[in-house]
Amino acid sequence: MTDILLRTGSLSFAYPERAGFLRRASLREVVKRVDLAVPRGSVLGLVGESGSGKTTLGRLLVRLLRPTSGGIQFDGAEIGTLEEAEMRPLRARIQMIFQDPQSSLNPRLRLGVTLTRPLQVYGRLKGRRDQRDRAAALLDLVGLPTGFVDRYPHELSGGQRQRAGIARALALDPDFIVADEIVSGLDVSTQAYILLLLRELRARLRLTMVFISHDLSVVRVLCDDVAILHHGEVVEYGPVARIFGFPQHAYTRQLLSAIPLPDVEPGWLDDPSPIVPSHQQGSAA
Amino acid sequence: MTAALSVQGLQVAIGTDASSANVLRGVSLDLQRGEVRGVVGESGAGKSMLGRAVLPANAVIAAGTIQFEGRDLVAMPEPERRSLLGRRIALIPQDPMTSLNPVKRVGGQIAILLRHHLALSKRGALERAAELLAEVAIREPRRVLELYPHEISGGMRQRVLIAMAFACDPSLVIADEPTTALDVTVQRQVLQLVERLRQRHGAAVLFITHDLGVVAKICRTMTVLHAGRVLEEGETAEVLAKPRHPYTRALLAATPRADRPAEALRPVPPALIENLWSEAHRLDRLVVAGPA
Repeated sequence: MTDILLRTGSLSFAYPERAGFLRRASLREVVKRVDLAVPRGSVLGLVGESGSGKTTLGRLLVRLLRPTSGGIQFDGAEIGTLEEAEMRPLRARIQMIFQDPQSSLNPRLRLGVTLTRPLQVYGRLKGRRDQRDRAAALLDLVGLPTGFVDRYPHELSGGQRQRAGIARALALDPDFIVADEIVSGLDVSTQAYILLLLRELRARLRLTMVFISHDLSVVRVLCDDVAILHHGEVVEYGPVARIFGFPQHAYTRQLLSAIPLPDVEPGWLDDPSPIVPSHQQGSAA
Repeated sequence: MTAALSVQGLQVAIGTDASSANVLRGVSLDLQRGEVRGVVGESGAGKSMLGRAVLPANAVIAAGTIQFEGRDLVAMPEPERRSLLGRRIALIPQDPMTSLNPVKRVGGQIAILLRHHLALSKRGALERAAELLAEVAIREPRRVLELYPHEISGGMRQRVLIAMAFACDPSLVIADEPTTALDVTVQRQVLQLVERLRQRHGAAVLFITHDLGVVAKICRTMTVLHAGRVLEEGETAEVLAKPRHPYTRALLAATPRADRPAEALRPVPPALIENLWSEAHRLDRLVVAGPA
């Protein structure tokens, strides 16, 4: 039997939503009975379009949100219902990398401080010297010059900032990382580097990851398994080779055929599917 | 027949004399009537600036000419140029969020454009606005006219902007990354619409994008831009099948593909980028030294 690091059972999440003044708040379910099993050392891709619930699901997995129902097992223990104080020791092992490194790095702190802040919070720093060394080691790990310890975020390019975001997530030597759309704002050439870096790091550090993306092409580069989310439900889930080679669900096929591959393909624009999506009217993005 | 757009040796710099930065370093391209040309490049390539140079004077044109249907846009008096913009030359902007006025109803925003350029009556303009929305496959167009931008989805906002771009029958449309913020399924619908409207109105389109996939699907010709220079251009089918410039080849190899296994991905070699930039800077010094 494979060793499952993270498992969810019928995981659901609903936001209270008020339809109008004086109306009773109703619940709007955005993650619906999701069952996932992430083997240790593997990378799961969570794919969906805007509003699919993929970011909410990611935030549930790192317990930034508390499930409305269902469970999350991390390394054999149930964490879905833990209080914040009980979560704390686990937080060091579960990390998140955010989409926008511009807003997730403190603009007023040098990288040396930002990268080692998690270590400081967990009391794992032994003085100034150690802080500098640890920061330099983290920078080196993600392929940035160690001299960057004294740099501020605005002195970095987008790709370098994303590397710094990855370095911070690795500071506490976690076993599980959720990465939310971390390459979507990057240029093609930078994006390829970050993807290859993640691939190298997962092998070297034996990381288990959930990689959230709207882009199936990117998922194929990095992931072992992929789960396709649509309106909060997992509509298809399996190994990358099977999902990409033999998609079963109509929505997966629709997603795959909508990707514009860099090949000239006459007729691609004459898609037979209706031009107006069913959920078009009224809903704000 | 004169080209819809002809750009020759365009140099654009931003900033003051002492510390100006070159954004375009002698770009030339021709766009025939009805042609869809992709302008591809990464951030900093100058692709948006190329689109902007045709539009109002927020770019400092240091040298070169821009001709629209044979008329020089750079030398043209401002009022004359303004009367072309929005009517004969239209823009589909990247960000549907910030390109619509949040405190005005969709209908009013389309109507004002029609009244200004086509001198329609208020009633006539709203009638026409409803037809335009129907043309971009918006159901219940009359109801949508009454809505504010925040009340419609991102894909629908982009369709409203496409409707506005084609409202006055332009012969040149500049599309600046119009699908970058959209989901793939919505992107496909938007690309279909642009193609359909382009055919119906007979417009030429300058399609600015970083996505080689989008170019492959909608552009017959393409221009690869880097550091403000044209590195390669030609028929899209030919450039993608047999890229001549190493940068084009490297970009293609660095683009992840859903139909290929992970091993196929190759990042752009840093040495290649460095070489291209030092070439660009050498060009800057030549320009400063005076024409050869």
